[in-house]
Amino acid sequence: MSGLDPLSAGVGLEDAGDIEGDTMLAPKPLRADVWRRFRKNRLALVGLCFIIFLILVAIFAPLIAPYGFAERTPGAFREPPSTTHWFGTDTIGLDVFSRVVYGARISLRVGIIATAIAVVIGLVLGAVAGYFGGKTDGLIMRVTDVFLSIPYIILAIAIASVFGKSVNSVIIVLGFTGWLGLCRIVRASFLSLNRLEYVEAARSLGFSNTRIIFRHMLPNALQPVIVYATISVGSIILAEAALSFLGVGPTPPTPAWGLMVAEAKSTLAVAPHMLFFPGMAIFLTVLAFVFIGDGLRDALDPKLK
Amino acid sequence: MFAYVIRRLLLVIPTIFFALSFLFLLFFALPGDPATLLAGGADRTPDAGVVERARERYGLDDSLPQQFVDYWGRTIQWDLGESFRSGRSVNDLLGEKAVNSLRLAIWAILIEIIFGISIGVWSAVRRYSLSDKLTTIGTAAASAIPVFVLGFVLQYLFAVVPNKQGWPEWTHLRTQGLGPDTWTFFFIPTGEQWRYLILPAFTLACVSTALAARMMRGSMLEVMRADFLRTARSKGLNERQVITRHGLRNAMLPVITLIGIDFGTVIGAAVLTETVFSWPGLGSAIADAVGERDLPVLLGLTLAVTIAFAVVNLLVDLSYAWFDPRIRLGKDET
Repeated sequence: MSGLDPLSAGVGLEDAGDIEGDTMLAPKPLRADVWRRFRKNRLALVGLCFIIFLILVAIFAPLIAPYGFAERTPGAFREPPSTTHWFGTDTIGLDVFSRVVYGARISLRVGIIATAIAVVIGLVLGAVAGYFGGKTDGLIMRVTDVFLSIPYIILAIAIASVFGKSVNSVIIVLGFTGWLGLCRIVRASFLSLNRLEYVEAARSLGFSNTRIIFRHMLPNALQPVIVYATISVGSIILAEAALSFLGVGPTPPTPAWGLMVAEAKSTLAVAPHMLFFPGMAIFLTVLAFVFIGDGLRDALDPKLK
Repeated sequence: MFAYVIRRLLLVIPTIFFALSFLFLLFFALPGDPATLLAGGADRTPDAGVVERARERYGLDDSLPQQFVDYWGRTIQWDLGESFRSGRSVNDLLGEKAVNSLRLAIWAILIEIIFGISIGVWSAVRRYSLSDKLTTIGTAAASAIPVFVLGFVLQYLFAVVPNKQGWPEWTHLRTQGLGPDTWTFFFIPTGEQWRYLILPAFTLACVSTALAARMMRGSMLEVMRADFLRTARSKGLNERQVITRHGLRNAMLPVITLIGIDFGTVIGAAVLTETVFSWPGLGSAIADAVGERDLPVLLGLTLAVTIAFAVVNLLVDLSYAWFDPRIRLGKDET
């Protein structure tokens, strides 16, 4: 956030110059430049590779997994990892490796779709609040205050318990509760952008509010949003796992990682592998998104750090 | 200052009112019979008798506005109703659970402050060294571990393994429940109590400690570039004094903010930690209440937690002015 001011000030001057240009792209740091700085951050690169790997695993899950996610192996209960069951089997004879592989689909789907919903809501409401100010701003900010005053997890489990137990309802719950922080960030950017000359110029040219907000201001407010959204995918995956663990997420035999951890808790002493592998999958995925988010922040704004 | 506190408190009241009303209406305004929802949930067919009892107890035959007015009429007098499942007064339940949560929270916050700040400072002083890099990775990792997975891993390492390997008795930690519930000065465990406390406390503290350490490192690096630190060095103070007396004090401010902002995360972590360790606190009670659709318990405990949340945020704002006299509250609001 603190890096925003010098950035937007510079952008404002350049933008005012080619205001009548037809396709106006915000002059952000060149993409190649950002990529070059991002590439230098080894942890971020490792995180990116892991996520690409995970996406491939999710796409090709039926080819990778030796068993179906609900396919029982008769007689193989809570078996430790072996060559036939790489991650062992669970209490009812399901192959843990196959379930972890299929679980990538659920986690990524929830993380990405819910983040997309949250980003759209947060962007629109934050932009509207920051751009129009006054009563509109007051109303939107009071609404965010109300929702922020309920501790996030309580809000999420309360809504989830009403919406029923499925992957889709978890997506809706996390999407519609995840926009609050983003809304504040976007609003703050718009408040500072509002004072710049190029916005003034766009207004005096008689452009519609929609056009000014989305074509002129939004591209300049996107940087913190990109970083926030990246980290948010990770934290939404974490929240999904927590909801599944608490029993308000998808129901068995859905191969959600959080649910697998919950199923393993009563047999921790005899079958720790049932808990270790899905737990590790959640941990590595979230960590990868944290690394990518950190790397993006440093690459987009080299002044910080 | 005084006017500012009053204004902030007045703003908290409508916020909490709308938040609680939202949760209340969430259960009632949605399609489906609320009695069925309360008694068993949308996805199950509950026992007819349970549905009937739910309807009677909540006066669900009344109109929704009437129920809403009744709910707030009771809540304003701090009558939080009775648990739908056990019939216990929610006020009693709240008192009992809050004490347990508070004890756990005190230890988690102590761990967060002591470890978070010292790891952060240690890392900042050795910037770019190998140990700094490892600590940075370590704190990132600690902030990405799901609380409940960490809880179970610690249970395995410190309770299951010592048992299996036959290690001496003093290494065995307990993983379930509150324990003998013996304390001195409210929060210091006595006797066997520490065995029950230590794992949940560290589990609860882990994420916020990592975040505090990261924040402390960044803040310390900022301060170490400041002119007054160079002045302190040039007047001949040794490095330790420079760091602790001059650097640390100035670098603490953002971290204190974080501890406040982070309180929501701590509550989330508490729900999971208390569930994992069967610690009978507010968090596990709220999780249970949601699972059982025990609306009075859910709303009552949430109300208490939300008020605590608001008070902590207010205290954090006030502490800025106390720690940094340059900040004047209430003059410049965004």
